[in-house]
Amino acid sequence: MVVNGQVLLHVALGVPLVVCIGLAVMPRRTGDRLAPWAGVAASAVTLLALLGAAVLAGRDRGGHFRLVTDAAWAPALDLRWHLGVDGISLPFAVLTALLVFCCSLYTLRVRPEAGRLRAFVAIVLLLEVGMVGTFLALNLLLFFLFFEIVLVPMWFLIAWWGDPHDQPGRTTAATTFILYTLLGSALMLVGFLVVHAQTGTFDMVELAARGGEGISRGAQLVAALAIVGGLAVKVPVWPLHSWLPDAHAKAPTVGSVLLAGVLLKMGSYGLVRVAVPVVPDGVARLAPVLGGLAVVGIVYGALACLGQRDLKRLVAFSSVGHMGFVVLGVATLTPAGLNGSVFAGLAHGVITGLLFFLAGAIKDRHGTSDFDELGGGLYVRLPRLGALLTFAAIASLGLPGLAGFWGEFLALIGSFEPAELLRRPYFLVLLAIALVGLVLTAWYLLAVVRRVCQGEDTIGPRLAVLGDVTPHEVACWGPLVALTLLLGLWPGLVLTVVNPAVQALLAGASL
Amino acid sequence: MTALAQGVDWLTVGPAVLTAVTALAVLVADLWLPRRAAVVLTTIAVAGALTALVVVGVLWGDARRTFCIAGSPGALESCSYVVNQITLVFQAVVLVGTIVVLLLAHRDEVSGPNPLPPGETGFLILASATGALVLAAGRDLATIVVALEVVSLPAFALVGLRRRDARGAEAALTFFLVSVVSVAVMLYGISLVYGATGSLHLDRIATVLADPASRTSVATAGVVLTLVGLAFKVGAVPFHFWVPDTYAGAPVVVAAFLSVVSKAAGIVGLVIVVGEGFPAYADVWGPAIAVVSVATMTLGNVAALRQRRAVRLLAWSSVAQSGYMLAPLGVASSGVAGARFGAALSAVVAYVCVYAVVNLAAFGVVVVVTRSRPAGLIEDYRGLAYSEPASAAALAFGLLALAGLPPGVAGLWAKVVVIDSAVSGGAVWLAVAVAVNTVIALAYYLRWTALLFASRSAGQEAVSYDVPASSGLAVGIALAAGVAFSVLPQLVLGLADVSAGLLG
Repeated sequence: MVVNGQVLLHVALGVPLVVCIGLAVMPRRTGDRLAPWAGVAASAVTLLALLGAAVLAGRDRGGHFRLVTDAAWAPALDLRWHLGVDGISLPFAVLTALLVFCCSLYTLRVRPEAGRLRAFVAIVLLLEVGMVGTFLALNLLLFFLFFEIVLVPMWFLIAWWGDPHDQPGRTTAATTFILYTLLGSALMLVGFLVVHAQTGTFDMVELAARGGEGISRGAQLVAALAIVGGLAVKVPVWPLHSWLPDAHAKAPTVGSVLLAGVLLKMGSYGLVRVAVPVVPDGVARLAPVLGGLAVVGIVYGALACLGQRDLKRLVAFSSVGHMGFVVLGVATLTPAGLNGSVFAGLAHGVITGLLFFLAGAIKDRHGTSDFDELGGGLYVRLPRLGALLTFAAIASLGLPGLAGFWGEFLALIGSFEPAELLRRPYFLVLLAIALVGLVLTAWYLLAVVRRVCQGEDTIGPRLAVLGDVTPHEVACWGPLVALTLLLGLWPGLVLTVVNPAVQALLAGASL
Repeated sequence: MTALAQGVDWLTVGPAVLTAVTALAVLVADLWLPRRAAVVLTTIAVAGALTALVVVGVLWGDARRTFCIAGSPGALESCSYVVNQITLVFQAVVLVGTIVVLLLAHRDEVSGPNPLPPGETGFLILASATGALVLAAGRDLATIVVALEVVSLPAFALVGLRRRDARGAEAALTFFLVSVVSVAVMLYGISLVYGATGSLHLDRIATVLADPASRTSVATAGVVLTLVGLAFKVGAVPFHFWVPDTYAGAPVVVAAFLSVVSKAAGIVGLVIVVGEGFPAYADVWGPAIAVVSVATMTLGNVAALRQRRAVRLLAWSSVAQSGYMLAPLGVASSGVAGARFGAALSAVVAYVCVYAVVNLAAFGVVVVVTRSRPAGLIEDYRGLAYSEPASAAALAFGLLALAGLPPGVAGLWAKVVVIDSAVSGGAVWLAVAVAVNTVIALAYYLRWTALLFASRSAGQEAVSYDVPASSGLAVGIALAAGVAFSVLPQLVLGLADVSAGLLG
């Protein structure tokens, strides 16, 4: 039987949406009972559909868009239902589906403390529609629509199911998150509209093929400022990161996993997919600034982590540093840098997703994630959880052979030899600073292992500690552990898919 | 002057005449019918408005004119009453808004501690709507001023309609005084324009003003002062201060009427006057409108942040929304190049259509909830989703659409259209101002939306009520239109494809 590829993309978007609406209109009792399984089923269908799409489209080595659907939606707005995948979007879409599936599976057993299971699952599925849609959209307005869909559900996820000990804090964190990111995406929209005013199209494929042709130099700079600036809030690039630590730390485990794993990637994906190919000249002029801010973020993130007293906040701040490498890769405007950016983004999604799961599990078991209250001796108390935490921390610091290594390595290669129109000495300085950041990253992650895992078990009887890793948790986290190993040992699996698309993208942008 | 007694094209004026006749019919029927016959009166009123809507449908796509006078030999005749696509879209908005408000008002006429008098309510709503229908078709300044007054006068009475309600009377008085002053200023402006151009017909005024030699400070002052009366009606800064007091003092359903029908009338009047009459002075009114627009949206949003009462919040939000509606007109500074002004006009039309339905959806729920919670605090809406899920869903959709965020996708498209018109008009600063304002606005819309789903605090009673069929139908119509505009934005964006020419 021949499977029509376009159908798979529509299944991936449609099934979560339909199940979400179905849960919303269902009577509450039935809904609460059905919700966890409905969530698992819907996210499994999406994951399978996108894996199917990967099998169909992943063979393409020409860097083309595959499984394309292009239909008019609102001609007056030049809005089109234009979906498709290439080597850059496909891995992100699959990663999203995988993380949502893991989260749904996790929710089967580990119920959110605040209850309201039906709403919880419906919101996660609505998030999935927005996240997957962002990676599939090929029309700038459609991209914007999907980009915005995630905001309100994520607000509810943080504000309702967030840190149960800090009600006002989680509401503030959620509101800061949504206002910051809306400001970013509204600016991004202005940038898109500047592009549209100059070119008359929102078609991302066509705009990428033009490589900025038809957009005046001044307009390119304005559009690039708006688009890069807007996306930089989402990524987040230092100094626009201040919404991130609270949002991540206060969110429930599932929320943190999806925030760090996917939402930040929507920003970096936007940089690669939209900013670089559509307004290459403008981005090239901003690249030195962007690279500079990226390395500041790397060092800042590492230093901030050294000062953290809370495991969840530490993992949150570590995202600022890791996303710094992702942005640095983009700023080099080289194939190596962009490949590194995409790979580092994927690896960060897997590893930080795992870290947030583990931090959440530690917090659930101890009722706190504060280092002082946790004390040491996790190896003694919960040996398997301790081993997993060590594994994730080492992957996160970029040990060769694990997923965290390749992306950051490629980003550094990119800044060793940046695009010709950029000044090499400047990027060599950035490289040096980034290396310092890398060392600091290793330092704080190993410090975590030493403080939490090693040493004597000082926790005493005052905190109720449940058992070690359960089989259910193994099922939820297993895919992420396996993927960390797989991507680390066989980076070619992803890079052979990503690289043709990156090459095509840079060729179109004539950089 | 060949014929003073001219033929009238009755089909063209049909919607306005039908609405006026229905208004009178409601008033007369109220005299003959026994008390408690509000059902009959509402039925008559809604049926009349529906018939008028059908006539608008019959006229759809047509361009007709009537009440014309011949010009000098060789010149085209000038008409006072012109129906084209823009007119018809606004007439449809006015009529749909009127029907929804009539349905919402029905319950307040038959029950409650201080019911509205049914005959008067129906009559005044329809009379005011008649003015709005004429305004959308008026093409000379006399007709426009008279139409504007026909919108306003019944509205004063509506605001103070509740007997023995001191707050309502005070609100009506504020509304009345501000309105009278602004109309006086507008009339003064019109007299200057008339003095400078020798005509009241907009097309003739435009012809005279287009001649650079005729450009005088008198004409410029006249143009600016004429717009004041319309800015008042729209609730634009600095003529906004009547809005919150009037909305809060009026019966909630009347506030809904003012925020949709009356505001749409002001916007269409403004569009017609500047677009048809003063295109040559776009360099004067364009930047002025841009500044007023930014001031209006910013002030409205910042003030709304601090509101704790539902109607006051919606009042300030409607001030802010006026700012968004005006933004596209603000970019028409460098002469009205046909295509660009057409695009700006399409943006205004689309925004008003979306705003009308989603604002009615939100207001409709507030009308219903206020009946059982007269204090009207936002805090009263806490946990509404558990006791009245349908109302909460409609209100949440309306609020998020006003904010312009999914799931209120209709509002998202409307914001895109407005920002697009600013960007393509070359005013990136205006686009950024709109973008920043949507962020400010989200803070209060979201706070209220979140409250709907929050769990009730201890000791707080559940808000629970029977939704009367009439109110449910009213909110349902608005909600259905809002959802339709979300899924099929082309419905509303393609309504006024006027890029070819200004007003047909």
